[in-house]
Amino acid sequence: MRGAKSAKWVAIAGVVALTATACGGGSDSSDNSNRKVDPKGIVSYANGEPQNALQPSNTMEAYGSVVIDSLFTGLVHYDKQGNITYENAESVTPDKANKVWTVKLKPGWKFHNGEAVTAKSYVDAWNWAADPANGQQNSSWYRDIVGYEDVHPEKGKAKKKAMSGLKVVDENTFTITLNHGIPYYAYKLVYAPFYPLPSAALKDPKKYGESPVGNGPYKFDKWDHKKVISVRAWGGYKGANKPKNGGIDFKAYNKDTAAYADLKSDNVDTMPLVPNSEIANFKQDFGDRAIDMDFSAINTVNFAFYTKQWKDIDVKVLQGLSMAIDRDTIAKTVFHGTRESATGWVAKGVKGYQNDACGEFCKFDPKKAKQSIKAGGGVPGNKISIQYNADQPHKDWVVAVCNSITNATGVKCVGDPVTDFAADTEIRDQKKVKSMYRSGWVLDYPFNGNFLADLYGTGVDGNKGGFSDKKFDALTKKADQAKTIDESAKLYQQAEKELVKSFPGIPLWYNKTLSAYSKNVKKVEFDQAGDPILTEVEVFEK
Amino acid sequence: MGRYVARRLLQMIPVFIGTTLLIFLMVNVLPGDPVAALWGDKPPDPAQVAQIKHDRGLDLPLWQQYFHYMGGLLQGDFGNTIAGNRPILDEITQAFPVSARLAAMAWTFELVVGIALGVLAGVKRGRILDNTVTLFTLLVISVPIFVFGLFLQLIFGNELGWVTPTVQDSENIGELLLPALVLGLVGLAYVARLTRTSIAENRQADYIRTAVAKGLPRKRIITRHLLRNSLIPVVTYLGTDIGTLMGGAVITEGIFNVAGVGNLLYDGLFQHEGTVIVGVVTVLVLVYLLASLLVDLLYAVLDPRIRYA
Repeated sequence: MRGAKSAKWVAIAGVVALTATACGGGSDSSDNSNRKVDPKGIVSYANGEPQNALQPSNTMEAYGSVVIDSLFTGLVHYDKQGNITYENAESVTPDKANKVWTVKLKPGWKFHNGEAVTAKSYVDAWNWAADPANGQQNSSWYRDIVGYEDVHPEKGKAKKKAMSGLKVVDENTFTITLNHGIPYYAYKLVYAPFYPLPSAALKDPKKYGESPVGNGPYKFDKWDHKKVISVRAWGGYKGANKPKNGGIDFKAYNKDTAAYADLKSDNVDTMPLVPNSEIANFKQDFGDRAIDMDFSAINTVNFAFYTKQWKDIDVKVLQGLSMAIDRDTIAKTVFHGTRESATGWVAKGVKGYQNDACGEFCKFDPKKAKQSIKAGGGVPGNKISIQYNADQPHKDWVVAVCNSITNATGVKCVGDPVTDFAADTEIRDQKKVKSMYRSGWVLDYPFNGNFLADLYGTGVDGNKGGFSDKKFDALTKKADQAKTIDESAKLYQQAEKELVKSFPGIPLWYNKTLSAYSKNVKKVEFDQAGDPILTEVEVFEK
Repeated sequence: MGRYVARRLLQMIPVFIGTTLLIFLMVNVLPGDPVAALWGDKPPDPAQVAQIKHDRGLDLPLWQQYFHYMGGLLQGDFGNTIAGNRPILDEITQAFPVSARLAAMAWTFELVVGIALGVLAGVKRGRILDNTVTLFTLLVISVPIFVFGLFLQLIFGNELGWVTPTVQDSENIGELLLPALVLGLVGLAYVARLTRTSIAENRQADYIRTAVAKGLPRKRIITRHLLRNSLIPVVTYLGTDIGTLMGGAVITEGIFNVAGVGNLLYDGLFQHEGTVIVGVVTVLVLVYLLASLLVDLLYAVLDPRIRYA
C-alpha cells in the first residue's frame, strides 16, 4: 500500500503547514506573506463622482476631497496623537499673541508641471479663492485673516483683490496676520483650501478643475466622468509620505452596496465605509482584512432651545433625559458593537479629548433619570420628538433611544423623520425644529475647540439649536487667548466641563471607521478624520 | 395613415409642455435648498450661495426660470448642474446610450423568451409545462426585483465568479448581460402570461378550427394564425415597457453600478438637481410618446381590421 502511505504523509504535511501559518495570524495574511509587493501596482478605491470640479478650495464633500488630498500636500498635517507635523512648510510659527504667523517653506518643492512652489503660490491661491466671484465653496476658511471682509463681503462684490493680512516676505516665506490671536491656527492650515495652486490654475480655473496640477505625492492622470479618476505616483515628490504604490484609481460607485459586492470579489481594493446592511457580517466576510478604527466623530441629539418646550428649562430635565438612554445596549444591538458610547462632547482622537467629561449624566441610570426629570419640573408636555433625515439609516437608533427614554422615565418620545438631509438642515437653519434633532460632527481639525466653540458658542454658525451659555463663552474666549496649543486645549477642557451644567445636547456615540480591503493589497489604514492613507497601501504582484 | 401620424405628432406638443411644466413645478416644491445643501453639515456661506444662485439663474421668479429653461431646451440646451456647473446635456448624452443598450437587451430578452414561453404554455395548456411556466412567472412577479438582482449578483458574481459583481465598463455588452436579465425578468413574466392567456383563448376560436380542418401544418397554424392574432395585448405591453425599462432601471442600475439614466435620476433627486431631473424626464417622455405611437401603428399591421383614417 505504498500509495496510501504517501498520501497520508501528504495530508499530515498539509496539517502542519496549516497550523504553522495559523500562528502567523490567520490564513489570509499567511497567503500573502509569500507574495511579492509590486511598487508600481495600482490601488483601486471605491469612490463616487465628485460634486465639483477638482479645485482644493471648492471641494468639501468626501468624493472630491480624497482625490484632492492625493494630488496636494499642504503646509502641515497632524499625527495620530493630534500633534502638528510639517509637510511643505519648514516651520509655522506664531508671534507672542498668536496673531501673526510666519510660514517658512521647504525650498525646492515643485508642482507637477515643474513650476516652483513658492510663498506666492500660497498667497495668490488663497486670495483668489476668497473672492466670491470665483465661486469657491470653502472661502469662509480664510475669515480669520485680516482683510477677508474686503475681499469677501457679506453681500455684493469684492472691494479688494487681496487680503491685507497675507504678505509675501521672500520666495519661501510669507506671513499670515489674523484678526485676533488663535493659538491652534496651524491646525486649520491642514485643510484643503490652504493648499497652494500653480499660476496656470488661476489663469484658466475651469480647465484646471478638470485636470488639476498639484504638489502632492500623486500626479493627475485622467478623469473619466462617473467612471474613474486616475492619479499616478509622481517621481518628483519631495515629501516624506512618498507613495508605496504606483497610483490610485478612484472608481465611481453610486451605491455602497455595489462597491461592497466588488470588494468581496477583489474587483476594488478598499472603500470608505462598509454599507449599513453589511455591518453585522463584514468581519466574517473579510476576516483579518476587516478594518475597525477610531474615527473622530460624534453623534448627539440636540435641543432646540428656541422652542417653548426648552426655553426656560431646568437643566436637571436635560440631564435626566441623557441618563435615560442606554447607550451601551443600543451600540451593541442596533450598531452591532461598531460604535462606542460617548462620555463627553469632544470625539476621541483629538487633542484635548478628556474621558468622562459628561460624568454620571452620560451613564444609563433609569432611577436617577426619573428623579432628575421630576426634580427639574418635568418635560413640558411630557412628550419629545427627535428630528432626523430619513434618507440615511437613522430610524432604528432613534426608535431605540426613544424607547429607552420612555421606558425609563415615562416621557413620550417619537421620531420625527424629514425626507432627506437637505430638508433636515433647512429646517434646522430656519430654527423650526419642534423639539430635538439628531446631529453629528466630524473633526475639521483634531483639536477639542473644534467640537466646542464651533458648535456651542453663542451665535456661531454651527450652533443650530440656539444654545447660549455665558460662562462657556467666557471660557472659550479665554482658551482662544492662550499662549500655546496645550494651554488652549486645557482651557477648552474646562469649557467642556462647564457644559455639564448647561447641557447643550446629549452625547450618544463616537463613530468608527468600518472598512475592509481586498486580497490584492496590504497596509490599508484610515486616519482619525476617516480618510484613507493611500500612500502607504502596498499592492501585491499579480 | 399619414394624417394620423401627423395628428399624433402634433398631440405630443401639449403633452410635452404639460409634463415638463408639471415636473418643473414638482421639483421646485421639494423641501430643502439645493444650493445651501452643497455645504452639507457645515454652515453655508451667504455670499457664495447668492453668487451660485445668480450664476444658475435660481434667483429669478419661477415662471421666468421655466421660460428660460424651455427657451434653452428648444435650442438643445438643457442648462447646467447646480453643483459643478456642468452641462446637463453632457450627462444625458453619456447616460442615455448606456440605458438604451441595457433596455434594448432586456427588451429583446422579454420579447423572445417571454413570447416563446407564453406560446408553449398556451398551446400545452393544463400540462406540466404550462404549470411550470405559470409557477415561474408567479414567482418572478411576486418577488421584488432587488432580491433577484442581489441574489444573482451573489451567485454569479461573488460565489461562482463568472462575471464581476458590478459592471466595470458600462459600454461593454457582455458585462451588461446579467443586469439586463434582471431588468427584463418582470417584463418577461408579464409577456409570458399575456401571451399564454391570449393564445389559450384564441385556440378555441372558429378560425383556428377552420385552419385545423383545412389540414394546415401545425407550425403554420401557430405562427401565422394563432400568434399573430394573439399578439395585440402583448405588443401594447411591450411598447409601453420600453419607457419603463429606460427610466425604471433605478434599482437594477444601482445594484450593478451601471452609469445610466436610472442612476442619473436617482442622484438628481438626492442632490436636488431640479434641472437634471426635468431634463432626463423630458427625454423619457419623448421615448414614451414615440413608443406608444409605434405601438398604435403596429396594431394596423397585426390586425387589418384596425385602420386609421
